[in-house]
Amino acid sequence: MSPMRDRAIFAAQLVFTLAVAAFLIVPAALSMTAGVTVNYFRGIQSGLTLEWVSQVWELYADTIARSFAIALATLAVTLGLGVPAAYALYVRGDRLARSIEEIITLPLAIPGLAIALALLLTYGGFGDFRRSWLFILAGHVIFTLPFMVRSVIAVFAAIDVRTLDEGAASLGASPWRRFRDVIVPNARPGILAGSLMVVTLSLGEFNVTWMLSTPLTKTLPVGLADSYASMRLEVASAYTLVFFVMIIPLLVAMQMFAGSGHGGRSRP
Amino acid sequence: MTQTMSLKSFLALCLLPLALVVTAFFLLPMAKLIAVGASGKTGIAAYAAIVLDARYRGTLINTVLLAAATTAATLVIATVAGLFLQRHRFPGRAVLVALLTFPLAFPGVVVGFMIILLAGRQGLIGEITLRLLGEKQVWAYSIQGLFLGYLYFSIPRVILTIMAAVEKLDPSLEEAARALGAGPWAVMRDVILPALRPAFIASGAIAFATAMGAFGTAFTLATNIDVLPMLIYTEFTLSANVATAAALSVGLGLVAWAILALARSAAGNAVAAAG
Repeated sequence: MSPMRDRAIFAAQLVFTLAVAAFLIVPAALSMTAGVTVNYFRGIQSGLTLEWVSQVWELYADTIARSFAIALATLAVTLGLGVPAAYALYVRGDRLARSIEEIITLPLAIPGLAIALALLLTYGGFGDFRRSWLFILAGHVIFTLPFMVRSVIAVFAAIDVRTLDEGAASLGASPWRRFRDVIVPNARPGILAGSLMVVTLSLGEFNVTWMLSTPLTKTLPVGLADSYASMRLEVASAYTLVFFVMIIPLLVAMQMFAGSGHGGRSRP
Repeated sequence: MTQTMSLKSFLALCLLPLALVVTAFFLLPMAKLIAVGASGKTGIAAYAAIVLDARYRGTLINTVLLAAATTAATLVIATVAGLFLQRHRFPGRAVLVALLTFPLAFPGVVVGFMIILLAGRQGLIGEITLRLLGEKQVWAYSIQGLFLGYLYFSIPRVILTIMAAVEKLDPSLEEAARALGAGPWAVMRDVILPALRPAFIASGAIAFATAMGAFGTAFTLATNIDVLPMLIYTEFTLSANVATAAALSVGLGLVAWAILALARSAAGNAVAAAG
């Protein structure tokens, strides 16, 4: 092997990888600049402005607030349902537990559009429920629950929580006290990782949400789709910029946190 | 004895809320979806029509081809980049990895907008080709645009999986192959790529299932792209053909689920873990 050829292969791979990075980053950078540029078609020399961001605020502030509210409600529900269930599933560890885990993981394999259609066909007739944001919450909970449960179970498996639990039981602690004082504190890394994932996925969820939302219960991603179809490019870009500002800190926290099991499975 | 009894009922109590919510908002609706799919004029035959009806079959083939092309291209691109990044240390490497994984949290609608900025009517590629070739190239609002969108969506995910798998490779195997006189291509073909097979299956299945069932990107690019999710959308909202939309949804869900299940049995547990 000649060093010359080694260097040529290295350079070719580097150029290729840089091209892939450019494919991913250039449009995101274009979108961010377009959101603060006076006129995108005349370019950045037309000047910078916050006009589009403030227009987005006027037009879509409600979608931003609603998305945050739904994400936090989704988090509360998945914590309340998911953490105790993860404990029970892990401690039981039998066939029933494995089947339940399979069932709650199914929504990851089924397209969001199908889940939304199913919810709509089942509960579309319950007018008040269908028209409220709770309908969207139901979809988000079903879609994000497996991430919370799996993330917490992964920690239980890693720290051998059964031995801890048995130790506490031998000291005479009741199941509830063990759960509250031993299990939950030890599950904290899994709960935190799961929470970050749930909030990130809920904030960006579109496939399930689109069919469940009404003109009065639009979320941020539904508003984004709306602005891509009907607003000038600068406003759509400014709206996207707002979304980036919300989602990037969560993504950074998640990356810092991810030892294993990185990357949410959301769908485009 | 009372101790174990109370633990058992405590565990049941822990599972109860989840069981109720999942039954009410997932299992029941899915059963309803399957029932509605068979409630149209043709009854249960609506399911057969997904394959027998020429129009639906055409869309199904289109969708499968698009998903296969996306998966193949993503795997090749991510393997070249992932191997390179995991095998070399150079200044700026961490930034490059961060840039490549930055779009992980973008939902499909946003990915669609990225493709419009890249290859749309006022996109960068159009601008460049207009200057260089005197003719504007616009790919965004068609199946090519959707292909680019799914690449955009899948590349960061697959790169992460490949990098993690490369990190776990046993270097002594490569050294042994080299000591036995194997050239770099032979090592790649006979040692490295076979060892990465589980990662290829796991991440490829997810890329495939995603490209089959995704909706947001196509919705942003153009609603007349001939793929299954858009067909479901038009049948439901524009034609009010609820039974067909339900039957197609069930079919799509089954295909996506089957692919992931197959990959999981072929690659061990890695597929489920990748979520």
